[in-house]
Amino acid sequence: MTDYLLILISTILVNNFVLVQFLGLCPFMGVSNKLETAMGMSLATTFVLTLSSVCSYLVYTFLLAPFGIEYLQTISFILVIAVVVQFTEMVVRKTSPLLYRVLGIFLPLITTNCAVLGVALLNIKKQNGFIESIMYGFGAAVGFALVLVLFSAMRERITVADVPTPFKGSAIGMITAGLMSLAFMGFTGLVNI
Amino acid sequence: MSLITTAILALAALAIAFGALLGFAAIRFRVEGNPLVDQIDGILPQTQCGQCGHPGCRPYAEGIANGEDINKCPPGGESTIQALADLLDVEPMALDAEHGEETVKKVAIIREDECIGCTKCIQACPVDAILGAAKHMHTVIESECTGCDLCVEPCPVDCIDMVPVDAGLAGWKWNSPSQSNIIATDAQPFKSISAA
Repeated sequence: MTDYLLILISTILVNNFVLVQFLGLCPFMGVSNKLETAMGMSLATTFVLTLSSVCSYLVYTFLLAPFGIEYLQTISFILVIAVVVQFTEMVVRKTSPLLYRVLGIFLPLITTNCAVLGVALLNIKKQNGFIESIMYGFGAAVGFALVLVLFSAMRERITVADVPTPFKGSAIGMITAGLMSLAFMGFTGLVNI
Repeated sequence: MSLITTAILALAALAIAFGALLGFAAIRFRVEGNPLVDQIDGILPQTQCGQCGHPGCRPYAEGIANGEDINKCPPGGESTIQALADLLDVEPMALDAEHGEETVKKVAIIREDECIGCTKCIQACPVDAILGAAKHMHTVIESECTGCDLCVEPCPVDCIDMVPVDAGLAGWKWNSPSQSNIIATDAQPFKSISAA
């Protein structure tokens, strides 16, 4: 149990996917202009990341490893992620129109989020088990959501702040992201995973 | 079996399994569009003016299908409300004044020598009926204009006029009699009140 908790803390804070491992920077800069869209994106990513982490683990363990074709992991994980996203979109659309309205636009975007592929590949590299894969994916997603929501809240404030002209827009966003990344370095060494 | 054959077969099997899953899901989780929405959308005037509070006619049609009031469409007026009431089998109600009043059909005309080519009206037009480019004169394609007057507000030089359309024989109405001439009277209610 402690191991799982440590994995969570490690992925959320210490090895945060966005600010420490620099994965998934595209939605981090792209969708963080408004808090509302950032929330939608975070929810959708949490969902997909956890699910695809598990699915790619299963595909690796039961298909790639037994046939000795581990070198195909990248392409097959991309396949898995695309299918998971598409399937999720269909199910959500049918079962919960309300949720679909919140997540709808963001679901297809996540297919190309490199954090999703990163989690799948890192799971294999770290030789995580089934539950560990779930925890790893979920923790990565929560870390992503946390950082995205914090960052978008900051950017909303920055848009009304008095920023020097050359730094307006994305430039100050990048600087803010850099400072946040520095702050997250403070967690280094908190847990050893 | 060589390594390559295994790899191809395994990936193919994976792809086929996923394809089958998605194909099954497409049928199993198919979302039936509400056919009622299409019918309601067909009745609405398609001005896309947004006076009902929705961003266009189709969202309002979805709103009506979900039980919203049918009297929020000023451009459609009484005839649209009547048609909606017939379709939905509800009592026709008076137009909700909160969303605007029914007026004659109008069309936007740009006074072209005053246009500065700012493109703001082009961005406002919900039906892309305004033609023009930045720093060039704009003009309205009258056959496409729905008369929603969303372009009047953004124009910085106020060079857009809403001109009533000649309705033709089908929509022609007798002018309503002006109120003052119906009954001859010398009473002047407003003055007498203010004097007292």
